[in-house]
Amino acid sequence: MKADPKGVLTGSHYLDGDHACAEGALAAGCRFFGGYPITPSTEVAERFAQRCPLVGAIFIQMEDELASLASVIGASWSGLKSMTVTSGPGFSLMMEHVGLAVMTETPLVLADVQRGGPSTGLPTTTGQADMMQARWGSHGDYEIIALSPNSPQETFDFTIKAFNLSEKYRVPVLLMMDECVGHMTEKVIIPAAEEIEIEPRRFYKGPQGKYLPFKPDKDMVPPMVKVGDGYRFHITGLTHDERGYPDMTVDCQEKLVRRLVDKIRKNADDIIEFEEDGVEGADVVVVAYGITSRVTLRAIKLARKEGIKVGILRLIVVWPFPEKRIRELARQVKALVMPEINYGQVVLELDRCACGQAEVVLVPHGGGWVHDPDDILYAIRQAARGKRVGEGIVEYHRKKRG
Amino acid sequence: MTEIRFAGFGGQGIIRSGIIIGKAVSIFDEKFATMNQSFGPEARGGACSAQIVLSDEQVLYPYVTVPDILVAMSQEAYTTYESELGEGGILIIDADLVRPRSTGAKIRLYTVPATRFAEELGNRIIANVAMLGFFTAVTGVVSLEAMKKTIPSLVPPGFLEMNLKAFDRGYAYGQDVLAGEKAEKTKSPLKRRNYHVR
Amino acid sequence: MCAQKIAEKPRPEVAEEPHPMESILRMERIPHIWCPGCGIGTTVTAFAAALEKLEWDLDNVCIVSGIGCTGRVAGYMRLDSFHTTHGRAIPYATGIKLGNPKLKVIVFSGDGDLIAIGGNHFIHAARRNIDLTVICVNNFIYAMTGGQMAPTTPPKGYATTSPYGSFEMPFNIPHLAESCGAVYVARWTALHIRRLTEAIMEALQKPGFSLVEVITPCANYWGRINKLGVGLDLMKFYHQNSVIKHGEDTRNLGIEFQKPIVVGKFVDRERPTYLEAYNKRLAERLGDKFKPYGGEA
Ligand SMILES: Cc1ncc(C[n+]2csc(CCOP(=O)(O)OP(=O)(O)O)c2C)c(N)n1
Ligand code: SF4
Ligand SMILES: [Mg+2]
Repeated sequence: MKADPKGVLTGSHYLDGDHACAEGALAAGCRFFGGYPITPSTEVAERFAQRCPLVGAIFIQMEDELASLASVIGASWSGLKSMTVTSGPGFSLMMEHVGLAVMTETPLVLADVQRGGPSTGLPTTTGQADMMQARWGSHGDYEIIALSPNSPQETFDFTIKAFNLSEKYRVPVLLMMDECVGHMTEKVIIPAAEEIEIEPRRFYKGPQGKYLPFKPDKDMVPPMVKVGDGYRFHITGLTHDERGYPDMTVDCQEKLVRRLVDKIRKNADDIIEFEEDGVEGADVVVVAYGITSRVTLRAIKLARKEGIKVGILRLIVVWPFPEKRIRELARQVKALVMPEINYGQVVLELDRCACGQAEVVLVPHGGGWVHDPDDILYAIRQAARGKRVGEGIVEYHRKKRG
Repeated sequence: MTEIRFAGFGGQGIIRSGIIIGKAVSIFDEKFATMNQSFGPEARGGACSAQIVLSDEQVLYPYVTVPDILVAMSQEAYTTYESELGEGGILIIDADLVRPRSTGAKIRLYTVPATRFAEELGNRIIANVAMLGFFTAVTGVVSLEAMKKTIPSLVPPGFLEMNLKAFDRGYAYGQDVLAGEKAEKTKSPLKRRNYHVR
Repeated sequence: MCAQKIAEKPRPEVAEEPHPMESILRMERIPHIWCPGCGIGTTVTAFAAALEKLEWDLDNVCIVSGIGCTGRVAGYMRLDSFHTTHGRAIPYATGIKLGNPKLKVIVFSGDGDLIAIGGNHFIHAARRNIDLTVICVNNFIYAMTGGQMAPTTPPKGYATTSPYGSFEMPFNIPHLAESCGAVYVARWTALHIRRLTEAIMEALQKPGFSLVEVITPCANYWGRINKLGVGLDLMKFYHQNSVIKHGEDTRNLGIEFQKPIVVGKFVDRERPTYLEAYNKRLAERLGDKFKPYGGEA
């Protein structure tokens, strides 16, 4: 399906990532935004507040983040594509409803503009330390989809991608931005509506009496209806059967949660997306995501000038993680290097998938700024020797001048 | 690659200036321009700065490391950032707002009475646009056409004419300074009042 | 004691005669989980009766509950129905309502759910005058989790977390609602089935944020912990001790432990709803650029 031109601000713009996120959402057909201001995500809400009335969408500032995500789930069941945005503390408050959305298979997009944490941390500067919270933050067991853009243009593009994935798999999709990308202003090209591919909601069209809200199609995803269509369906966060009725038995739990997990795992090849450059024949592959993937490119340029054979695998979709590809690479290279703005989160997955076949190097950063490319360069140089295979996650620290 | 810092205090249109340069370069000159502004306590009320990185290819590291150009529209901005400038860097200051101290570094200093121009045209608030005109003329990092196309989209419609006048005034002044610079190079080693090599 | 478990066990003692309201209730889910003598069932009966009398197209009516014994109500209504998370029924319903303003959206939940963990949402929805009808079952306690203190527990009332009797000042829910901007406020007990039905009908027809508080016996916990007898005794007590005072100043509606309870209709006033205010303001500011939201129906 093509995008509804009403929400598409076709043209070349000079926007920051936050504004680009709002535009991506409106282009994707988002027509409800409920949110609560928090730095550095506030500009997304502000853009929605200004634009919604002009495109037939609705914006509401809720009283807190719990309310925000709850309202988004509600609006999604009313048939509107819906989203909210937050950062650190608000992301924590939203976790319960991430679980509700997972359990009730409610499509929506939640953008987290990451800042330095824990707690109030560094509200105005960047971080990438919510990545594991994105993966596991709500209680219970589930699989989720998370994307991570590295520029305002990508923020626009990936927001659309996020909506499409959320509709396709009926799962909340997390857009893991960060302050640097959110506040960075660059050219954003918004294509014409007919060039934007939109995943329509998968509506059930059958007779009313026969509808089972949680009876999956072949791809394990059930079609959806909306409030007011006469299906008189029931939705609950309790373990439920195909009718949507609570059934708190081991059997029902097994069937439901298995499917919630499998609909992502078994469709992982369709969901996972990454970019590679210079990976064939490389001694070192840097695996990176978000703003860090961009800063890494500078380090890679410098390393190649020194004659080091280094490639990059840049994660577009971080969750689910590209296990298969990492296993392959681990057999081919001396070392896998991951810079991230935390003390080791996604690198845990990298290490797991490397299976002891390649050295796994973490280039950590505590947050508040992006990496100094020289720190990544230093780690690449050390890693190129590939001497510490099987030692678990290792770090190399460059001696700083002064 | 060119790294630029535009600095002053809140209310001077510093961030807006960064956006105008970035937009002109990326949308109309079709190069890459990444603009970042300082956030946080330092961005509230007092000091204010925009960082713009220009390049022919994608900007990988989005922040200014060693600025090639520093525009200082307040004494505080000058004091804070002057030492960052790399060798051969360009420093542009507002004649009435910044009193430069002499340093040993090899930089090119330009002085422009942007605020005075703006006052003469009727409103101090457009000093940044006069500064942008001067900046465009002396640095050459953005084309005149691109700036002219950008300004209408980023100033309030009612004030467009006034802004364009301020821009032209600054630009003309910059051209004069450049012409003088050239003349001086060929004629005498005497320094003009508004152009120093230190 | 794990009350969640207790409450979630099916209760076979429930009456199983053919129900008169089959079209409104999910009969396939009966027997329900509530204890014998619990007032939630009668509140549901009044609600169902109100819907039946209004003869609305029920496809356009939807119900949202939070978590709690009362929170289970949504699951028994043959409506589009949502059993959400603890405290968040109101913001969830706000999303549904704004997502499709043609819908009639009802929030049916407990005192703890709506006034404690969800208190912030309650006051803000009232302030905004979101077009919702909130039915708040006040049993003075957190029943589902086994009888803990609620923000409605009257002083001297016992609960598992107020083992020496509560000393906190409880919320006077009608006063809270009025102060925050609700346009319709009534209180009845679960025993005033006819009056409660009428109040729910009025509330449903009132555009804006309407609240019906239902004082409801919880024999299992409130009654047992406070030694107030079995369900029937509680019912009798509420019946004999409620005083009808329509239009009473809501400041006088505080409830004391085992003292008479004032019931009636207290507030019925006009105020633009959230969407009315929204459409008015944006039309003023944006003129032709703005099409009223939800107006195309
Ligand atoms: C976030 C969260 N905290 C706590 C609980 C546990 N919990 C379930 S129901 C409930 C209280 C219900 O009280 P009330 O709303 O008065 O409903 P009642 O059972 O009395 O009808 C609590 C605390 C929960 N489900 N979620
Ligand atoms: S009597 Fe109390 S515990 Fe039993 S169902 Fe009613 S509210 Fe819950
Ligand atoms: Mg209760």
